[in-house]
Amino acid sequence: MRSAHEALTASRRAPLLSALGVLTIAFSLFAFGLFGLVAINIRRALEQVSERVEVRAFLSDSADIEQVAAAMKDIGEFPEVLRVDYVSQENALERARKEMGEFADVFEAGVLPASIEVHLRPGMRSPRIVKSVADKIRTYQFVDDVRYGEEWVEKLYRLRNIATVAGIALGVAFAAVAVIIIGATIRMMVLARAKEISIMRLVGATDMFIRLPFLIDGLVKGVLGGLVALLLVWITNRVVNEYFIETIFFNRDLIFLGIVGGAAMGMFGSLVSVGRHLRRV
Amino acid sequence: MIRLTDVVKEYPRSGVALAHVSFEVRKGEFAYLTGPSGSGKSTILRLLYMDEKPTAGEVWINGVSSKSARGREISKLRRRIGIVFQDFRLLEDRTAEANVRFALEVTGAPKATIRSKVARVLTQVGLASKATSFPRELSGGEQQRVAIARALINDPFVLIADEPTGNLDERATRGVFQLLRDINASGTAVIMATHDLDLVRRSNYRTIELNHGRVVFDSAESPASARPFDEPFDIQETPTGPSESI
Repeated sequence: MRSAHEALTASRRAPLLSALGVLTIAFSLFAFGLFGLVAINIRRALEQVSERVEVRAFLSDSADIEQVAAAMKDIGEFPEVLRVDYVSQENALERARKEMGEFADVFEAGVLPASIEVHLRPGMRSPRIVKSVADKIRTYQFVDDVRYGEEWVEKLYRLRNIATVAGIALGVAFAAVAVIIIGATIRMMVLARAKEISIMRLVGATDMFIRLPFLIDGLVKGVLGGLVALLLVWITNRVVNEYFIETIFFNRDLIFLGIVGGAAMGMFGSLVSVGRHLRRV
Repeated sequence: MIRLTDVVKEYPRSGVALAHVSFEVRKGEFAYLTGPSGSGKSTILRLLYMDEKPTAGEVWINGVSSKSARGREISKLRRRIGIVFQDFRLLEDRTAEANVRFALEVTGAPKATIRSKVARVLTQVGLASKATSFPRELSGGEQQRVAIARALINDPFVLIADEPTGNLDERATRGVFQLLRDINASGTAVIMATHDLDLVRRSNYRTIELNHGRVVFDSAESPASARPFDEPFDIQETPTGPSESI
C-alpha cells in the first residue's frame, strides 16, 4: 500500500517525465502492434486462399455409385481430409454455367464428368501432403484423373513460408526495438531518481522497499502504454477498414497478451534498472 | 563498538586504498579522521556503513561483522548509523521537514510517531522555523543542519560525517561543528573526516591521521604533542576507489 502510494507520488512529482515515459512505451508498442496487425491480416489472407486447396478426382462414366459412396467414406476417414463432396454431372454443368456466364450455352448435359472434391484440413495443405492424398485417390479404379493444381499449391506454400519467416524476423526486430526503447525510457526514469535511491539506501531502506514502488510504477506505465498503443492500433485499423481494405483486428487473447506484455516489460525494465543502483557489497 | 582489524582495501583499477588499518572507536567517542586527499578517509567511512567490504581484514560495527553482513542486516545497521556528507545530499523537491521524514518513512516507522520525532530533531538542529523551506531556500549551513537532522532521526549510536564543513563558510562551520559536539555530548559517537586542521587543533578530540592508506598517527596511542599540527599534509595524488556516491 505504501509502495503504491510512493509510486503515485513519484509520478506526480515528475508529471512530464512520467507522461513522456508512458508515451514512449505506447509508441514502441504501437509500432510493434501495427506490425502485428499486418502480420495477422496477411496470415488470414493466405489462410483464405489455402482453403481453396482441394483435390478433385474425376470419375469415369462407368463408375458405380455405390462404389463411389464407399470410397468417399474411406477417403473421408483419411487423417488429412476435412470433407468430401460429390459433384454430379448436373452439378458440374450448373456450376460451370454459373462461373462462365457468357459461355453458358456452350455446355451441354453430359459434357462434364462427375467428380469428388476432397477438402483438406488446415495445416494439411502442403504440396507433399496434397500430392500423397491425390496419389491415394488415384488408386481407385473408377477414378479417371486427379487434379489439384500442383504448381499453384507449391507457389502458395512457398509464399506462406516466406511470409512466416519474414514475419518472425520482422517481429523479433520490432520486439527488440520496443524492448530497447522501453528499457532506455525506464532507465531514464530511474536515473532521475538515482539520488533518492542512494539516500534511501543510506538511511537503511531494504532493497525490497526501494524496488517495490519502481516495480509498481513500471507496471502501471507498461499497462497505460499498452492501452494507449492498443487504442492507436485500433484507430489505425478503423481508418484502413473505412478507406482502404477490409482487415481484421486482434482477438481478445492477443489484446490481453499485448497488455500483459507491456506490463511485464515495464516491470522487468524497472527491476533491471533499479538493480543497477542497488549495488551490493 | 567500532573496530577495524588489519583492514586492506584494494580497487581493481586504482590499487591499494587502505593498507593494514586497525583502530577502535568506543561508545560515545568523538574521533577525527584526517589526512590529505586520497589518503583513505572516505574509504574507511564507506567501510563503516558497509557500502563496501574490505579486501582483507574485518570491520566490526555494533556487533555486525563485514565478513558475514548481508542485505537486510546491512539495511538495519544503517538505521542505527547517521551519515552526513559534504554535499548534504538532500532531495531538492522536498521541504526540510519532508527530507527528514523520508528517513523515517523508508524504515517503515509508524506514522503516529513520525510527526513528533521530525519536529523534535528539527528543533534540536535549530531549524524548527524552516521546516517548510526547500533546500534551495536554505543557506549551506542550514542545509547541512537538515542533513544532520535526517541522520539523527533514527537515534543513531554513531554519526559518520564525511567533510561535513567542506562546503561551508567559517561561521557556518562553527555552527555545524558545535552541533556535532552537542550531539556527541548527548552520547552519540561521532567520526568525522576532515581537512580542516584549524578545527582539529581547536578541540581536544581524538585524531586518527591517514596517509597513503595507512594510519600514520593516532592520538589515542601517542601523546598529542607527537603530531605537530602546524605541518601541512603531504599533498599527493594517489587515487582512491570509486566516487563517494553509493
